Amino acid sequence: MFLAVSVASADEAALDKRVMDLAAELRCLVCQNQSLAESNAGLAVDLRNQIRAQLARGASEREVVDFMVARYGDFVLYRPPLKASTFLLWFGPFVLLIAGICVLIRRIRLQGKMNRQLSEAERLRAEQLLKE
Amino acid sequence: MRIAAVIAVFLALIVLLALGLRLDPREVPSPLIGKPAPHFELPVLQQPGKTFSEKDLQGRVWILNVWASWCVACRDEHPVLVEFSKSAATPLYGLNYKDSRDDALGWLKRFGDPYRLSAFDLDGRIGIDYGVYGVPETYVIDKRGVIRYKRIGPVTGELVRDKLVPLLNELDRE
Repeated sequence: MFLAVSVASADEAALDKRVMDLAAELRCLVCQNQSLAESNAGLAVDLRNQIRAQLARGASEREVVDFMVARYGDFVLYRPPLKASTFLLWFGPFVLLIAGICVLIRRIRLQGKMNRQLSEAERLRAEQLLKE
Repeated sequence: MRIAAVIAVFLALIVLLALGLRLDPREVPSPLIGKPAPHFELPVLQQPGKTFSEKDLQGRVWILNVWASWCVACRDEHPVLVEFSKSAATPLYGLNYKDSRDDALGWLKRFGDPYRLSAFDLDGRIGIDYGVYGVPETYVIDKRGVIRYKRIGPVTGELVRDKLVPLLNELDRE
């Protein structure tokens, strides 16, 4: 009897953890800077219950996420999927980074050249000064 | 020359920022546009013994408006809907969302009832299927039962004039 209860509560705890892990990946739509796990807004509670009911029924994490995306769109995902409309979102920062590095390299090379020229001129001037 | 390039990049960033700030972050594009209206069968608010389903309206263009007596923005929107229901031929149905029956009926009595009827979604389960997250929300559903338009937030007089009426006319001809 006691064993059955503790097994049930262990299952319960495992389910709770799955619900919270999944809820942390999903955005609360009413309070946009919180996840479903953090928020206590009415809708967030409803959706957490929904996640729980579906997982308890044997649905996979993937199926629950698909359920949410079908209703609320990619926006519920904190990690948006890679597709044409999110291309800029995923790669924009890297494009900017590479552009920045290119500009930096050019500047450094230009400066290097100028330094060398300057030292050449200085050398000649130094030679001249020595001859005098 | 170099300064011009720097200024151009800077201005481009400013323009992007300005465009970004004008977007309403609450307006999340609905994935339901172009999809069949999710199925429901709910008790009617005014007659608990009767049920109402989206299937009852197959072959008609209709509007589903999600509302609740606890929703402040619904009160702002309400006169627009009352006006709309008087003038437009398109039937307007309500989805009463996570409300108590008494509060909802009292609210309609006080502010007027623009709906042919309201479905009573006590636990908000059908609201989830419709991706409701900020009441009021309004759906336009075509003759084939497909969601063609969704408005999140209050319907305004301008929206009715500039968007809803032209869309409804177009859908009626389909």
